[in-house]
Amino acid sequence: MTGPILEVRDLVKRYGNVEALCGVNFSVMEGEVFGLLGPNGAGKTTTVEILEGLRSPDRGSASVCGFDPQRDSVALKHEIGAALQSTALPDKLRVGEAIRLFAGFYRRHRSPGELLKRFGLEEKRHAFYGQLSGGQKQRLALAMALVNNPRILFFDEPTAGLDPQARREIYDIIEELRREKKTVVYTTHYIEEAERLCDRVAVVDHGKVIAMGTPRELKERSANTTRIEVRLAKPAEDDALRQLEGVVDCRSFDGSHVLHSRRPPQTIVALVKYLEAQGNELASLEIAAPSLEDVFIELTGRRLRD
Amino acid sequence: MQLALRNRLFIFFSLIMPLGIFFFYLSFLAKGLLGPVKFFLGPVIALTVMGSFWGLSTALVTFREQGILRRFRVAPVTEVDMLASSIVANYLLALPTVAVELLLARLVYHVHDFGNLFSVWILVTVGTTSFASLGLVVASVTNTMQETQVICQIIWFALLFLSGATLPFPSLPHVVQRFGVFLPATYLVLALQKAFLNHAAAWDLLVEITALLAWAVLTFFMAAKLFRWEPEEKVTRNAKVWAAATILPFVLLGVWENHYGGVRSQSQSAMDSLRSGGRSSASR
Repeated sequence: MTGPILEVRDLVKRYGNVEALCGVNFSVMEGEVFGLLGPNGAGKTTTVEILEGLRSPDRGSASVCGFDPQRDSVALKHEIGAALQSTALPDKLRVGEAIRLFAGFYRRHRSPGELLKRFGLEEKRHAFYGQLSGGQKQRLALAMALVNNPRILFFDEPTAGLDPQARREIYDIIEELRREKKTVVYTTHYIEEAERLCDRVAVVDHGKVIAMGTPRELKERSANTTRIEVRLAKPAEDDALRQLEGVVDCRSFDGSHVLHSRRPPQTIVALVKYLEAQGNELASLEIAAPSLEDVFIELTGRRLRD
Repeated sequence: MQLALRNRLFIFFSLIMPLGIFFFYLSFLAKGLLGPVKFFLGPVIALTVMGSFWGLSTALVTFREQGILRRFRVAPVTEVDMLASSIVANYLLALPTVAVELLLARLVYHVHDFGNLFSVWILVTVGTTSFASLGLVVASVTNTMQETQVICQIIWFALLFLSGATLPFPSLPHVVQRFGVFLPATYLVLALQKAFLNHAAAWDLLVEITALLAWAVLTFFMAAKLFRWEPEEKVTRNAKVWAAATILPFVLLGVWENHYGGVRSQSQSAMDSLRSGGRSSASR
């Protein structure tokens, strides 16, 4: 498909006095996992809800699979699947019944049994929804989102409140979807999720997209430098090290040199060459790469609450 | 949509079954107090039918509060689908309940003549639809479970006492009767009585059936307009106008009845036949 599968332009939404969205713009291409990264209250959920047709924007336009979420609501809903921020189902509903129920809403759907198996819920087929653990409920929510083979998936903070084991299970599922080239819009306030799972990320804060790109692009764009800590066999001059390619600063602490570099690969190559020329050697090397958190802090001056 | 409707029933069967049993016992209790059973069969069945609204409104409000409705909204499910399927599910529960009550009437009270069962069936069908829709309207208008319970209680007692379902209509003071005539429940009670006692065929009950049918259609329409998926959504002013509009036909009917008094005289004659019939069955 040429052109983006999802496009959002100048979305504005306010709740009473609060401006939840102040002009959100982004587009998503088919087959990519697109992340919306931002702190709570940034407007991620509101944006996703507008795209799903659950809320209407005050201004701006959105187009999902060529449909307007407000006008072509029913037609759009056949093409999308979503796991909401908190999925609730009647406690007394059985797992198998739940997925069969939702399968029945669509013109075409996948086999409920196959989905349950894929998400590891086969044995729980007859269990009541109320008996499931948090992780199981979330896996069911994801399974239900896939039941109609949607063209685009919306996952709103799917790992919130889950223990690390359950989280990893969700990551595996997302990575599998990524390999299958499914289009996913993934909302999160966890940095590592955005870095690990997403092809492209839009960093959102206070109702605006403040940065957008692949995780790598975003980190490169940051003026932040990589911290390289080296221990050398023989002492060396800070000034000399500061001359190495890409190095912005160099300091010594306790026998190790801490370099701050804009281009860590080049710096390391230069460092090795320099040490060779000096008859010196690397005893140890530690690199701390800039993270999206650094990007966020740089853009907003605040931490992204984790 | 057929598929959607049928699938929805799963949910309600697993949840509302307990409620169905509750209503069964309720009507059972009411029965236990009765002597002239045939006369009161009408009101008792009517009570079962009318109870629909309470269970349905509770269920819908609970679902909305818990955020369950939200997930359904993401699927291509419309308000009409949701309403229609809950009404159907409710009907499927109510019907056996009524059947059991009639069975008990035969077994325990030795009632053999059930009048025109076809009419009864029609009235039960139309009645459950109307009152279920009423429940859905209530659920859409209220915000919390407490509000819902309070409003349901008020409506329940109004229906109970003003319609002749508990105290026979003719025995109510005239002033109250005037108000009672405005309620759909009154027509339901009277129609059921006529069906049981006088073997009234569907044609004879046309007025009542039409009234209930109109009520069913209008409340369903109103419920669809007022339907809220989320707890925070406000009821629009437009919706409130429609709500008032639904009341209109019954207001008109009530006014008409007050002038021509058809209902009152009919229920009076039913009462009279009870007195005479009671004497003859007592002598048996």
